[in-house]
Amino acid sequence: MKIAFTTKGEKWESMIDPRFGRTEFILIYEEEKDAFISFDNRDIEQEAHGAGPKTSQVIYDLKPDVLITGNGPGGNAASILERMNIKIFTGAGNMTVKEAYEAYKKGTLKEF
Amino acid sequence: MKIAIASGKGGTGKTTLSTNLAAYIAESQKVVLSDLDVEEPNSGLFIKGALIKEENKFTMKPEWKEDKCTLCGLCQEVCNYNAIVKLGNEIVVFPELCHSCYACSELCPTNALPMVPQKMGVLKHFEKNGISFIESRLDIGQEQAVPLIAQTLEFVDENFLDTSIKLYDSPPGTSCPVIEATKDADFIILITEPTPFGFNDLKLAIETMKKLEKKFAVVINRFGIGNDDVVEYCEKENIPLIAKIPNNRKVAELYSRGELIYDKIPEVKQELKKITDYILKILKPNKA
Amino acid sequence: MKEIVIISGKGGTGKTSITASFAYLGGKDIVVADCDVDAADMHLLMKPDYSKSEDFYSGEIAKIDQEKCIKCGKCADVCRFDAIPVINNQYVVKPLNCEGCGYCARVCPVNAINMLPQKAGQWFISNTKADNVLVHAKLGIGDDNSGKLVAKVKKEAKQIAENTNKNITVVDGSPGIGCPVISSISGADFVVLVTEPSISGLHDLKRVYKLVEKFKIKAGCIINKANINTEVSEKIKKFLKEENIVYISSLPYDETFTKAMTNGQTIVEYGESDLKKLIVESWEKVKKLAN
Repeated sequence: MKIAFTTKGEKWESMIDPRFGRTEFILIYEEEKDAFISFDNRDIEQEAHGAGPKTSQVIYDLKPDVLITGNGPGGNAASILERMNIKIFTGAGNMTVKEAYEAYKKGTLKEF
Repeated sequence: MKIAIASGKGGTGKTTLSTNLAAYIAESQKVVLSDLDVEEPNSGLFIKGALIKEENKFTMKPEWKEDKCTLCGLCQEVCNYNAIVKLGNEIVVFPELCHSCYACSELCPTNALPMVPQKMGVLKHFEKNGISFIESRLDIGQEQAVPLIAQTLEFVDENFLDTSIKLYDSPPGTSCPVIEATKDADFIILITEPTPFGFNDLKLAIETMKKLEKKFAVVINRFGIGNDDVVEYCEKENIPLIAKIPNNRKVAELYSRGELIYDKIPEVKQELKKITDYILKILKPNKA
Repeated sequence: MKEIVIISGKGGTGKTSITASFAYLGGKDIVVADCDVDAADMHLLMKPDYSKSEDFYSGEIAKIDQEKCIKCGKCADVCRFDAIPVINNQYVVKPLNCEGCGYCARVCPVNAINMLPQKAGQWFISNTKADNVLVHAKLGIGDDNSGKLVAKVKKEAKQIAENTNKNITVVDGSPGIGCPVISSISGADFVVLVTEPSISGLHDLKRVYKLVEKFKIKAGCIINKANINTEVSEKIKKFLKEENIVYISSLPYDETFTKAMTNGQTIVEYGESDLKKLIVESWEKVKKLAN
């Protein structure tokens, strides 16, 4: 499984970025390889509009199976993610990546 | 004569002034009132006229034609609003992010993104006791107020050539919608309250009107509360202060029930007369 | 860290006066953010010192290099916003009309048009008289109030709260129901809706609550000027019950609001009154609800 997180850093200890469209990083954890790939999304801060679709497109290209985030994507972003057959879990806004991953494994995160 | 009624912030009495001034003027001559606060048009709560006409309003947005598309991705590259994304073998358009600049459509090498009309809102025309009331409302989820404001102004221009006084209830703030709503007006009435918040927001509104090179005057609402800063500022800057609508709890009560006040509180009517006289004087300078 | 956002939908309900009172009561335990960037007023009551300020850029604007321009007029032809008139025999960009789409720059045959970042305002970090930090901003005239500046102000406030171990940020939210208010409430732990009992007040409350609901954020409501129209006040209470919004308090129509403001003070500084008591109680309630 490839699991994507919206985050503020690139480590297990980093905090989840509760924002979807304007997330600072996208971190992909590949369970089989036990490895991270990270995508620096900080340029998104410069975008006046359409942060959601732009970030969704990055996620689309990274092709994860699961997305874990805080507030959840807005309408535009959600309509892109819907096309990808991806499971989205929200409510991880105040957790570290590690805590969010454990919560997901335990099944305590809300499915979007 | 097009007169826009504007304010730096919401809640200063813009709708109260627009609707009551329209009703007052309508006692002696025909008047058009148009609510350009298309995100939250509230004037209609006070002017309950007979519906004459209802029109859907459209804006042009690109539509993807799969059979013509070569998936070159140029459309996504030229869109400065992130309104088009290429997802695998698909092009997805987000109409609410689109500003209708036509770049994607006209630069597409295979004409795979023709511009097609998309509904953005509804314009309604009501008539009541000499007031022609025009209201436009953006559909929920539509974010671009400017094109709907522009089309509403056009509707008024085309349909009410003979009505000499046209009032426009503008959206609040100092951003794009206000600019659109006021840029064709001959004259702007800025309404404010004599409080520090009101004064601060009035200064922003004045700055906006100066940038647009507009003639304007100030009306104070809820006069009697707060302090004299607004009055002194207008004197110092040579800005005409044409009326002071007194503070009166009854105004708030009538407003809360969606009622007009102009014929119920004589002191208010007197101030509306001052504004009307001022407008007529600019309209026919020789007669005054 | 909890984020409390105060919004109202409609203008003139007393939102900023109430938020400033909360900001004063919170004192050194909180960080404050003014996200009403279109008509920011909080600074008038908080005596900020503007200790740090930074320019804010949003979107782009076209600029024509007259030395390179060959006056072919292609830019003006493609512009849908009437932003490129000919003045004194030169094609020039009207900044208030330019939407920053960049179409003109793409079709210019001699690359005479550059798209430059547009300065859209300023944002500030200030120390206030309430012994806390206020993050606030000023949007430029005619600039697009996208959620971007709001997001910036909120992000800075949150960062400061984290760095200085504060438990609460209090945010004065944007008015209306558009993009800026969405940015204001996104990520909030609790939303306070300030309304007034008028037909338009109730109407706007319902519209703005639809947004709050979408984000699944807990909400409470303060009815200001409640005694202006008791009938509509009851309707509001009924609506709150149906939607599971916590009823926080009713404040009376009271000119103390303007009197305090005229003194440059928050209501809770202005002296002892029933109104002050009600606001102090409301703040205590809000703090509990946010936790």
